Amino acid sequence: MDTPTVNSIFTQTGFKMREIAIRDALKEAMSEEMRRDGNIFLMGEEVGSYNGAYKCSKGMLDEFGAKRVIDTPIAECGFTGIGIGAAMAGLRPIIEFMTFNFSLVAIDQILNTAAKARYMSAGQFKLPIVFRGAGGAAYQLGAQHTNSFEGFYAYTPGLYVVAPSTPFDMKGLLKSSIRDDNPVVFFESELTYSMKGQVPEEEYVIPLGVADIKKEGKDITLISWSKMVHVALECAADLEKEGISAEVIDLRTLRPLDTQAIFNSVSKTHRAVVIQEMHAVSSYGAYISHLISSEIMDELDAPVALVSSAEAPFPYSKGIEPYIMTNKSLVMPRIRATLNQTI
Amino acid sequence: MDHELLLDLYRKMLRIRRFEEEAARLYTERKIGGFLHLYIGQEAVGVGAISVLEPQDYIVTAYRCHGQYLARGGTSRAGMAELLGKVTGCAQGRGGSMHFYDASLNFMGGWGIVGAHLPLAAGMAFASKYRGDNAVAICFLGDGAINQGAFHEALALSTLWNLPVVYVIENNYFAMGTPLYKTAATDDLSIRALAYPMARDVVDGHDVFAVRSCIHAAVSRAREQNLPTLIEARTYRYRGHSMADPGTYRSKEEVEEQKQRDPIKSLGDKLAALGLNLKITQITDEIEAEIQDAVKFAEDSPYPAPETALDHVYA
Repeated sequence: MDTPTVNSIFTQTGFKMREIAIRDALKEAMSEEMRRDGNIFLMGEEVGSYNGAYKCSKGMLDEFGAKRVIDTPIAECGFTGIGIGAAMAGLRPIIEFMTFNFSLVAIDQILNTAAKARYMSAGQFKLPIVFRGAGGAAYQLGAQHTNSFEGFYAYTPGLYVVAPSTPFDMKGLLKSSIRDDNPVVFFESELTYSMKGQVPEEEYVIPLGVADIKKEGKDITLISWSKMVHVALECAADLEKEGISAEVIDLRTLRPLDTQAIFNSVSKTHRAVVIQEMHAVSSYGAYISHLISSEIMDELDAPVALVSSAEAPFPYSKGIEPYIMTNKSLVMPRIRATLNQTI
Repeated sequence: MDHELLLDLYRKMLRIRRFEEEAARLYTERKIGGFLHLYIGQEAVGVGAISVLEPQDYIVTAYRCHGQYLARGGTSRAGMAELLGKVTGCAQGRGGSMHFYDASLNFMGGWGIVGAHLPLAAGMAFASKYRGDNAVAICFLGDGAINQGAFHEALALSTLWNLPVVYVIENNYFAMGTPLYKTAATDDLSIRALAYPMARDVVDGHDVFAVRSCIHAAVSRAREQNLPTLIEARTYRYRGHSMADPGTYRSKEEVEEQKQRDPIKSLGDKLAALGLNLKITQITDEIEAEIQDAVKFAEDSPYPAPETALDHVYA
């Protein structure tokens, strides 16, 4: 039986809902898919006996055994390449990075091999592989463990890049990513693994490339992805108290990008703020700003604002970290400025 | 050894030699662009190794990939057309010299980042073991690859997980223009296997029969016991690193000395001693006709259509 495809939790009826955390949504997605298809396996550091560094694979070793839930040494380049080779040979690997901070020693394998193997061979190979793990910043982890690297991956044709924000989206999009025949880079977030939300008990998938309106509004559009969606929602809640109606767009996937959802919203509100955890220079948010400014310039009542983390590595001290990392107190003044500006 | 096998090995090595000599000519005529890394001098390694493989086995190699492609059964036509960037090429002109592929032959590329393809071969071996389909992966690499992290990670994981894979270092003594003594603290590259630990072997890469027996032992070990092997095949490339490299870091005398051990000439002498001169002449004529046909085929073939430029980015 085909799994039902759904786009948004807001339009769902007929499902039995319950509240679960993101880590459990991810585990359910992987486990359901692994029950369905014996070619899927999970490989990464601590995914087996330890149940995952963030407990996203809790109990999976017991259910699927060591053949399919594979603990690796700390050798990201090696096991990432092994996953890619296995995918070229017809398996469907899920490669877990404990965090994407550690993916850079494997990034050559992802950008220069996984993303290009299909094109270079003129379509002779499929690359059904998912690279997943925690992306973005947590708190007080210091500069080397605090990076928003999704832009590196989103830059590269041949990859799909997914960065959801809620348990519902995480589960539905991870299942789609696992079923996809292309390499998918799937960003989670250390700070939201415990975040709970409504998820159907029944199986469902969410298609890649469809953005979601997390809150409807008419005065301004806030565009973000991953953990920053929650910052956007906090800002929108504050604005609501002042009678300002902000629409929050969760891109959910950066490649493919749902440009139409952005254009539809901004054409309605005429003001847009892009909120990202990345630094601004050469960033994905800058590309979104460019798209809006060039494609629907006539719709804009104010320049597109881009809120990013400051141009510095992330510091350890909580005395200064909030001045570097994108957060509500940095975003709100930019939203107010955009509301007050005119072209 | 039966004569048909000997003649087949000779035919395959000669095909590679003549294919690449013609490719070099076309490169100087600017009909081939980019980089062109020639295998001339190393033919016995690819031909000998691949001659002992089964159809289900996987072959992964670096950017000096024409030889292994042809040895596996890739056609001169599809290879030459790929070099000319034509749609009839083995990657429809998207790969070029460094990125030959033929999925139907399990010829898995043709990779351009030094050492990065070793984990891929381990992954194919992993898939074979996972499914139990009894395939072995063989991975060719240059001596320039042995200091890369990917080399060590692939070897460590292959041993840790008992993967059916054979790594063949084609030691031609130069990492581009840098001689081996500047890049490795030993002249026995196979001993790197000991650290993991992995079975190892060293073989004379000019001797197609020695290569065959060495690879056969390693492939059997992989297929029957899921044990990987690291092999150092000592060989020599006659040309520069690529067509852009005049190779001035080696003396003419050194290159001429190496040519005295030419693998094709050696096998030819052996065939002559067996009274197969007529066969040699016949094969030489056939290969000549085949290569000329391939060049004409490639030149007559169209480029990929502009409207297909974005095809195959995604499945």
